[in-house]
Amino acid sequence: MTWSEMQPLLAQACWDTLYMVGWSTLIAVVGGLPLGVLLVLTDRGGLLQNVLASKVIGQIVNVARSLPFIILMVALMGFTRTITGTTIGREAAIVPLAVGAIPFFARLVETAVREVDGGLVEAVQSMGGNTWTIVRKVLVPESLPSLIAGTTTTIVALIGYSAMAGTVGAGGLGDIAVRYGYQRFETELMWITVAVLAVAISLIQFAGDHAARALHRRAGTSGPAPRLRLLKASTATSKTV
Amino acid sequence: MFSPVPMPPHENRVAFPTECTPPGHTHALHPTVTETPVITTSGLTKIYRSHRSRGREVTALDGVDLHVREGEVYGVIGQSGAGKSSLIRCVNLLERPTAGTVTVAGQDLTALAGRGPRASRELRQARSRIGMVFQHFNLLSSRTVQDNVELPLEILGRSGRQRSAKALELLDLVGLADKARAYPAQLSGGQKQRVGIARALAGDPKVLLSDEATSALDPETTRSILQLLRDLNRQLGLTVLLITHEMDVVKSVCDSAALMANGRIVESGTVSELLATPGSELASALFPVGGEATGDDRTVVDVTFHGEAATQPVISQLSRTYNIDISILGAAIDTVGGLQVGRMRIELPGRYEDNVVPIGFLREQGLQIDVVGQEPASVLVKEGAK
Repeated sequence: MTWSEMQPLLAQACWDTLYMVGWSTLIAVVGGLPLGVLLVLTDRGGLLQNVLASKVIGQIVNVARSLPFIILMVALMGFTRTITGTTIGREAAIVPLAVGAIPFFARLVETAVREVDGGLVEAVQSMGGNTWTIVRKVLVPESLPSLIAGTTTTIVALIGYSAMAGTVGAGGLGDIAVRYGYQRFETELMWITVAVLAVAISLIQFAGDHAARALHRRAGTSGPAPRLRLLKASTATSKTV
Repeated sequence: MFSPVPMPPHENRVAFPTECTPPGHTHALHPTVTETPVITTSGLTKIYRSHRSRGREVTALDGVDLHVREGEVYGVIGQSGAGKSSLIRCVNLLERPTAGTVTVAGQDLTALAGRGPRASRELRQARSRIGMVFQHFNLLSSRTVQDNVELPLEILGRSGRQRSAKALELLDLVGLADKARAYPAQLSGGQKQRVGIARALAGDPKVLLSDEATSALDPETTRSILQLLRDLNRQLGLTVLLITHEMDVVKSVCDSAALMANGRIVESGTVSELLATPGSELASALFPVGGEATGDDRTVVDVTFHGEAATQPVISQLSRTYNIDISILGAAIDTVGGLQVGRMRIELPGRYEDNVVPIGFLREQGLQIDVVGQEPASVLVKEGAK
């Protein structure tokens, strides 16, 4: 296979991966942020203490997060069809990717928000702030460096999941590596894919880390900046359980 | 709104020799104090039930009656675990009292609380009229100093221009006008607490609650923060309720004080009332006098100056009038505005029976006299002194 043959394949695959990961990250953040905050608020001693709600949400998050992605993708096919009208292609892959990433990100949000000093919540309460004010002005802004670190981790994890999206014909870099590199013995193309992924992940991690650290430094909070998560997502996951 | 106050730029001010005078030991009530009660708690009780070990209860407050008058600085002192923290949190209902009522500026806050665990709108509005400063400052690290001061005004729904004008005015008042754009992490502890105070004043409160505001600060910074609180109290007529475990804090700023132990107020009153109370723990802690009799045929007498007594050189008068030698064993006295407040322990030659006349002379000067080491006799003397 020549470079001119590989180039359009790679370009398309990169675009597919970017498309799937971009949309599912967006949905994961939009869905996971409120869920994670809710996990903290409804917990015992929280501002909206509701032990039952907390247990139910926590359980759903745990189950959804521990399902292997490929199983989740297959299991959600009916749901995917009702939303996108198809079970094949990039759009169809975004649904299970987002569903898998929402609880993942929610747990990261939960840990980040729990680290916010309770004294700050008390201070805003003493000013007459309500729960919504506390979420908007304290919990989210004060945990922003950790939230950014969590988003980075989620993106990296989603890139990993998206490699399996080829199963439903969604394309992407993982799909190329399997179909050409493995099934057709195009070793060269496979290594190029690996290199592209390695560079992409490093760049994302670098950017996310840089942003988190810049915010953190300004805030000057004691203790080290939110941890670099260059390792596979699973290690970060086990930490947050 | 506030008159421009010549305020030192920051706490380093105490390094200048000319400004070395500690915050005045003003125990005589200053003119801003009125008899109007501002904070009143009655029968305030707080019982914590832990959900882990069911049935185990901790009584943090056990029927506390507190009366803080308008314009005074009221100190609640006690050891950790005495219930001070619960008390101050019950005043703005950050902690919901188990029983009892809290009235602040004529408003019964316990009635506003609503039924659920969440604060009602009325309670939140009432809280916004009560300023609070914290031991660990509790500034938002993600916001600049100015934005921190603006936060209460954002909650009150003020416009951006109003907020920034008010914030800058308050930062000027606490001497941090040049730090408006800094982040809390770039400030020293004392500066952070000044920001905390500015923030607490943003809603123009009549009452300021101070939760161990100086406990995380070094002694010099503590003095400058206390000075600031006292200046604000005098200039704005702000009523300050502070809790502390440091007697020096009470001594340097408080008009009145209460001693807490095991969830109860053991004694309370203005500083001169406490001094006049025989056997007051607070008074003897505020004005400690020590010293033992040097021989058997000596009489040891504690002389208490309430502030009402005319400032006459009573000891030398006593010495000259009766031609006796007086030793001073210990003394803790402050003079403010020509009035003396404090205690002195003196030793007179001869037994108590020999000194009835000189002691009578001291009592005629309007001083409170306690004879040390003569329990039955001293009780009689105290009763006579009243």
